[in-house]
Amino acid sequence: MLEVRDIFVSYGNRDVLRDISLTLEGGKMIALLGANGAGKTTLVRALNGILPVSKGEILIDGKPFHKFSRREIAQKVAVVAQENETKFPVTVLEFVLAGRFASGGAFGWESEKDFTASENALLSCDLASFSDRFMNELSGGERQRVVLARALATEANILLLDEPTANLDLAHQGSMFRLIRERCRTGKYSAIVITHDLNLAAEFADEIVLLKDGRICAKGAPSDVLTVGNLVEVFGVRVLLDANPASGKVRVTTVY
Amino acid sequence: MQEGVAVKNIRINSSRTALRYGGMLVLLLAAALVAAALLGSEKLSFFDLSEEQRAILFDIRLPRILLGAAVGASLAVAGAGLQSLLRNPLAEPYLLGVSNGAALGTMLAFIFFEQFEFSRPVMAFGGASLATFAVYQMAKSRSGMNVERLVLSGVIVTTFLSSIIVLVTSLLDATKLRSFTFWLLGDLSQATLNGFYISLIVGIIGTIVMTSQAKALNLMMIGERDAGDFGVEVKKVRLLVFGAASAMVGTAVAASGSVGYVGLIVPHLIRLAFGSDNRLVVPFSAIAGAIFVVLADTVARVAISPRELPVGAITALIGAPLFIYLLRRN
Repeated sequence: MLEVRDIFVSYGNRDVLRDISLTLEGGKMIALLGANGAGKTTLVRALNGILPVSKGEILIDGKPFHKFSRREIAQKVAVVAQENETKFPVTVLEFVLAGRFASGGAFGWESEKDFTASENALLSCDLASFSDRFMNELSGGERQRVVLARALATEANILLLDEPTANLDLAHQGSMFRLIRERCRTGKYSAIVITHDLNLAAEFADEIVLLKDGRICAKGAPSDVLTVGNLVEVFGVRVLLDANPASGKVRVTTVY
Repeated sequence: MQEGVAVKNIRINSSRTALRYGGMLVLLLAAALVAAALLGSEKLSFFDLSEEQRAILFDIRLPRILLGAAVGASLAVAGAGLQSLLRNPLAEPYLLGVSNGAALGTMLAFIFFEQFEFSRPVMAFGGASLATFAVYQMAKSRSGMNVERLVLSGVIVTTFLSSIIVLVTSLLDATKLRSFTFWLLGDLSQATLNGFYISLIVGIIGTIVMTSQAKALNLMMIGERDAGDFGVEVKKVRLLVFGAASAMVGTAVAASGSVGYVGLIVPHLIRLAFGSDNRLVVPFSAIAGAIFVVLADTVARVAISPRELPVGAITALIGAPLFIYLLRRN
C-alpha cells in the first residue's frame, strides 16, 4: 500500500506540487488526469523517491520512504516512464532483464529466476517473439510495450505508468489497460496511470485523481470526478457526458 | 502463464561465453606480445641472443611493449565506461579532453617536481578528473545530455587545454620541446619499468572497479533516469566510473602521452562482436585494448625503421575515420 500525506515538491523555490494526499491500496488502479504541466509526471517521480519532497511524507506499507534504500524502493515500485532512446544496440531481452537489477543483484550474471520473470513479462505483453530483436529496430508502440514488460519483470507490486498508451494503436491501448487492470484485480498489484484519454480512465480506473496547477482538484470514483464542471475547470473545454453503450461507464465527448 | 509457450530462447550462458572468448583474447594478446618482442629495427629470434640483443630485448623493447599493453587496456576500459555512463558511443578520453587534462597535469609535475617520478601520474589524475568534471558540467542540461553537446564540450575543453599546453611548452627550452611534442602525440619510446608497474596496477584496479559497475552501467546506458527508477544509485556509479576512468587515463597519459582513439575503436569493435553487455564489454575491452596498442606500437616502430613514429599517430590514423563513420551513422 502506498500512502501520500500532504506532500509538497518544489523546483528551487517554486512549489510544483502542493498538499497532495492520496492512498493507493492493493488491488486498486488510479488514473491521474490533468492538463499539460499540471504536475502529473512530477508526482509520479516523487512517488518512487527520485524527486525529494519538501514537505509531507510518503509511506510504503506503513514505512516512510527515507527508511528504504534506492534498491528497496525499486523492488516495490516499478515505473513505466515516457520513452527514451538508447544509442547502443540493446536487445529486447537485455532491456527487460535490466528490470531485474533491484531484485536480482547488482553484480554477476542473471539467475534462472531473473530469466523466468523476464520471459513471463514478455509473454504477457505479447512480445514472445521479440526477445532477440534490437530496441532501435522496433516501432514506437512496440518499444512502449517492452518498457511495460521491463516494469512487470521487476515483480514490484506498485506500478507507476506515465502515459503508457501514448504511442499505441487502438487495440494495444485497450489491451495494455486490460493487462494492468487484470494484474490489479488479483489484489497483489496496484497501479497509478497517467493518461490523457479520459474514456480509457473512466473505463478501467477504480479511482480518478484530477490535478490542476499542482493541486488535487477532485478525486474519487470516475462518475463522481468526470463531471462537466470539473472538466471545464481543468481543461477549459466544453464536454458532453453520457454512458458508453457497451459498458455503461461515463463517456466524455469533447465539443470543438 | 501457459505452460509450453516458450519465449524465443536466446539465453546465452554468459559465464561460459566470457571464459571462452576471454581465453581466446588472452591467447591473441600473448601472440601479439611475442610478435612485438621479436619485430623491430633489430629483428630477434627466440634463440641465440647475443649480449647486445638481450639488452635490446629486456631493457628497451620489453618495458615498452608491456607499458603499451597496460596503457591500451586502461584507455579502452576508460572509454567503454565513459561511453555507457554518458550514453554516448562517441565518448572517448582523448576527444573529451580528459587526456589533455592529464597531459597538462603531467607537464606541470615535470616542471615543478621533476625529481619525483611518482608526482606525474598523481598530477595527471588530478588534471584528468578536472577535465572530466568540466566536460560533464558543460554537457549536461536540464533535458539530459545529447551527442552534439557532449562532443562540443569535449572540443572546447580540449582546445582550451591545448592552448595552455602550448603556452607551457613555449616556456621550455628547445631540446625538451621536441621530446614533449612527440610525447603529446602519444609515444611509448620513453617507457620505463616503473612507469609500467604503476600503469599495470592502476589498470588492473580500474578494470576491476569498472567491471564491478558493469551491471549498473547496462542500465545507465539505456537511460540515467530509468537506471535510478530501477534501483541504481546513479551518483555512486557516476563517481566510481569517473574516478576509475580518470585514474586510468591519468596514469596512461603520464607514462605515454595522449594515445588517441583507443577508447573509441576498441569498445566499438567489442560491441560489434559480442553485443552491448558491459559485463563482457569492459573486461574484453581491457584485453583487446592491450592487443591494439601493442600492435599499433609495433607498426610505429617498424614502419619507417630505423626511425620511429609516435604510436598515437597510428591509432589516430585508424580512429579518426571510424569516428566520422560513427558520427554519420548516429
